[in-house]
Amino acid sequence: MLDIRDLAASIGDKPILKGINLTVPQGEVHAIMGPNGSGKSTLGYVLSGREDYTVTGGTVTFNGIDLLDMKPEQRAAAGVFLAFQSPIELPGVNNANFLRTALNAIRRAHGESELDAVQFLKLARAETKRLHMPDDMLKRNVNVGFSGGEKKRNEVLQMAILRPKLAILDETDSGLDIDALKIVADGVNALRGPDFSALVITHHQRLLDHLVPNRVHVLAHGRIVRTGGPELAKELEKSGYAGLIAEAA
Amino acid sequence: MAAVTETLDTVQSVTQSGYKWGFETTIEMDFAPKGLNEDIIRLISARKEEPEWMLEWRLKAYAAWLKMEEPQWARVDHPPIDYQDLHYYAAPKKKAGPKSLDEVDPELLKMYEKLGIPLKERAILAGVDPDTVENTQIAVDAVFDSVSVATTFQATLRKSGVIFCPISEAIREHPELVKQYIGSVVPVADNFFSALNSAVFTDGSFVFIPKGVRCPMELSTYFRINARNTGQFERTLIIAEAGSHVSYLEGCTAPQRDENQLHAAVVELVAMDDSAIKYSTVQNWYPGDSNGKGGIYNFVTKRGACRGARSKISWTQVETGSAITWKYPSCVLLGEDSVGEFYSVAVTNNHQQADTGTKMIHIGKGSRSTIISKGISAGHSNNTYRGLVRMLPSATNARNFTQCDSLLIGDQCGAHTVPYIESRNVTAKVEHEATTSKIADDQLFYCRQRGLSEEDAVGLIVNGFCKDVLKELPMEFAVEAQKLLAVSLEGSVG
Amino acid sequence: MSSGATGFLQRYETLIGRLPGDSALRSAAAAAFKASGLPGGTQQRRIEAWKYTSLRPVAEADFQPDTAPRHEVETVLAGLLLLDAPRIVFADGTLRSDLSVMPVAGFARFADQPDFGTLSWPDREPMVALNTMLARDGAALHVPAGFDGGLVQLVSVAVGDGDFHPRHSIRLAKGAKLTVVEISAGQGKYLLNTVAEIHVAEGAHLTHIRLQDEAVTAFHVSTTYADVEAGGTYDSFTLNLGARLSRTEVRAQLSGAGAIAHLNAAQILAGSQLGDFTTVIGHAAPGCISRQTVKNVLAGRSRGVFQGKIEVARAAQKTDGYQMNQALLLSPDAEIDCKPELEIFADDVKCSHGATVGELDAEQMFYLRSRGIPDAEARSILVRAFLAEALDAVADDTIRARMETAVDQWWERQKA
Repeated sequence: MLDIRDLAASIGDKPILKGINLTVPQGEVHAIMGPNGSGKSTLGYVLSGREDYTVTGGTVTFNGIDLLDMKPEQRAAAGVFLAFQSPIELPGVNNANFLRTALNAIRRAHGESELDAVQFLKLARAETKRLHMPDDMLKRNVNVGFSGGEKKRNEVLQMAILRPKLAILDETDSGLDIDALKIVADGVNALRGPDFSALVITHHQRLLDHLVPNRVHVLAHGRIVRTGGPELAKELEKSGYAGLIAEAA
Repeated sequence: MAAVTETLDTVQSVTQSGYKWGFETTIEMDFAPKGLNEDIIRLISARKEEPEWMLEWRLKAYAAWLKMEEPQWARVDHPPIDYQDLHYYAAPKKKAGPKSLDEVDPELLKMYEKLGIPLKERAILAGVDPDTVENTQIAVDAVFDSVSVATTFQATLRKSGVIFCPISEAIREHPELVKQYIGSVVPVADNFFSALNSAVFTDGSFVFIPKGVRCPMELSTYFRINARNTGQFERTLIIAEAGSHVSYLEGCTAPQRDENQLHAAVVELVAMDDSAIKYSTVQNWYPGDSNGKGGIYNFVTKRGACRGARSKISWTQVETGSAITWKYPSCVLLGEDSVGEFYSVAVTNNHQQADTGTKMIHIGKGSRSTIISKGISAGHSNNTYRGLVRMLPSATNARNFTQCDSLLIGDQCGAHTVPYIESRNVTAKVEHEATTSKIADDQLFYCRQRGLSEEDAVGLIVNGFCKDVLKELPMEFAVEAQKLLAVSLEGSVG
Repeated sequence: MSSGATGFLQRYETLIGRLPGDSALRSAAAAAFKASGLPGGTQQRRIEAWKYTSLRPVAEADFQPDTAPRHEVETVLAGLLLLDAPRIVFADGTLRSDLSVMPVAGFARFADQPDFGTLSWPDREPMVALNTMLARDGAALHVPAGFDGGLVQLVSVAVGDGDFHPRHSIRLAKGAKLTVVEISAGQGKYLLNTVAEIHVAEGAHLTHIRLQDEAVTAFHVSTTYADVEAGGTYDSFTLNLGARLSRTEVRAQLSGAGAIAHLNAAQILAGSQLGDFTTVIGHAAPGCISRQTVKNVLAGRSRGVFQGKIEVARAAQKTDGYQMNQALLLSPDAEIDCKPELEIFADDVKCSHGATVGELDAEQMFYLRSRGIPDAEARSILVRAFLAEALDAVADDTIRARMETAVDQWWERQKA
């Protein structure tokens, strides 16, 4: 379970999150929506431990562990996965090698045995097949020369291999066509289960048609101003954010 | 190839920081008195039992050296070297040469084991028919300071006509070959350090591959500078006759020291028609401590002459050590359609300084050269790539491609690029590109979010940056190279 | 010391006290010149900055500055196709008000108000020392804050066999704008040795287009020091067509955050001309941008030299520097030497350079000829295409057209 209490965070001197309260029970998928500049991406970065941001108050516990006290790689070992809005390119770094290294680092942290190249490739190929991705995606360099859609798919592939317990999807649906959207949604849906939670940060309602959330939260001006069921997303699609924000002010 | 296989697990195994190979061996040494003069040179020549012509050659070189001045144009700063304050000869006292590994001083063998040189392992394998163990053997000409000790596999090589022995032995046993080629690629008076080397070189490798022979195994030499205040002056000469192939590995380590030690080697390569020489170096001389004290000065002249048509010389190097590095492995492309290649990774950290690069001189029609240089600067170091591509009027349809990239880690270091491009042939094509970058915070965060520690992330990104070079290294070296990159960059981020 | 250099020093001796301005500065420059001589002259030690260009021909020449000119200034001037805008004309290094159309304001004359500026290094640069010793005249252009100075043409015509040392300065105050089109041409075996100092203050914008079309028997040396403050822009383009030996050196310092420098150039040479374009761009403040596109077209037995150094200081984070240098060799005897250099001490930078050397593409030539275009014209078309990218750097259509005409004229001269 992810438990966020009164989380406040700034970038430099500028406060962005001004007291977030949010609980995601184990096994649930929650959506975070809101206008631009509301702090949605910041929430994702703060949860995954990006050092540009300073936490100025509040707590975050995940399955009882204090996340805020941990380095990014430790949070990864604890099961946190951030699907980046614009995934970074790593020239010269082979995709398969990168994934195997990450997977083994996490397995090591759990005292599990590491996979050798052959074992890993077997696992990876099974996932690329399931996700309808071309095999050569594993042979290319991480995100180099990938189209926007391919980059997002690569993030989904990573999730399938690393099997996180808490996936934070930062505007994963931006730049994807309908078919690609479905792949992302199917990818996340396939991971759904009692041990998997997700925070889907999104602008549009489209993704949520395929990846139906348990709860929807609206983030505006650094605070959660409204929470509801999946139908809240449809409502926002129709009437926009303005009304909600005015209400909350 | 195998070089690209992920080996971050080996990075994990290198858990100690500090220079892993820094230790001294106490063995009885035979020192010449400090200083450089004709008598010392005569002493060296006498100790090596050299013929008269070799002594003459040395003395002529010494006379030329006396008239020369140390070069000042490189971007390296160091206190003046007192050439009279060094020992020019140091050899472990020995009786007669060892006939087999059993006769080698066990202290020496222990030291080689400490260095990770699998001499004993190879010796055990030697009992097995070499023809059934494909390409897994390396013949090691182990050099301990000034004298080569324990040359293995001479028998196997002799079968194919390959000569691989210490140069002092070649001077005695194959004088005609040595006389014909020594100083023909790097003339004695080419530069200050080549003149010095020609006067006082004490050992190195001699390799001769006869016509049409593909050398059955990779040849390798490990160097070590052990005794205080000896300069190490190796001289290596590799001759590849028509249609032959050889791959030579040079890997070095040295113990920790306070006073700087001078390393001024000369390597000459000669490639005839349709032959190929691949010369790989993983250089790990002591770089000095984190305050810039101590460390090896590595001033090397390496040059290959592609004399034959369709001959090929490839220089591949990973340089992570030395306080100061000054070296420009070069190719003179005389033969028609000859090929010169230079693949290099040079890492500087703390207070190291490197001014390195290559020279490709195109003389023959259709000659081609490729230069890929990756410089990584960290700490307070300075890393300069200095390259020359020269197309002479005769170099019709010649081609060069150069890519030099710099990676800066931290904001206290410097990365510099000084390429000279000179063309006097209208049909020759030159293409040169240089970029500068750093490890982006984004990239580090991305790797860490996927579970990699910061050090692992740096290692991964740096290896990706150097990939084009690392894949040219023979497998054994590639593994050592990746380890070295990680060790030399320890503590550079954050 | 060569006759050339001693000649200059002797002349200086005779002129002491008779030249305008700071005599202490001049004598210090003379001392520096005496010590260094002319680069490549009779020195033992080579100067790296002059590695590819020896001024021995200048050292061996015999300049006669005070003999009556053998050609008409007006004739040369007429051939320059000047634009309909203010023009400041110097003939043999001296201002000719009768032939000039002065700008409305902001002009002073070095002969009246000598100003050696603050940026130059006479102690390090022999030709700058020479100019500092012997400069008599020059133009000082000053544009006050927020003012748009429009277009000013700065013209040099030389018609003798003498040596001339104009000293110019261009100062733009905060937010000012100015376009300077500098043209130099002439007839004879003269030496034109110009030093210019340029200051672009905060947010100001200077466009500096230069056409060097000296007599093919003359020498042209030009050294420019520029300083660009925060948010300022120095946008320069140089077209070198003339002189038997030309050395164009520009040192631009980006001293304020977000300053911009463009140092573009094209050199088109034939016969046994030598053209040396040497630049140093210093990024001393964060976020500055520098761009260079330099093209060399070399025919006959000509030699082109490009030395382009980009220096990035430790404080200059977020530097954006890009340099592209291309050479097209049109004949088997032509030669190109280039040294694009990077010296970088800051890590968060985007710095890259590229260099290519080659000849006209055989397939492209064949294509044109298979469509009926004769060989010479096909070459001309491809050479123009090659140069287009560099000329495109000149934003003003009229000025660019003038540059293109100059290229056409050069091409015509080769045919003759």
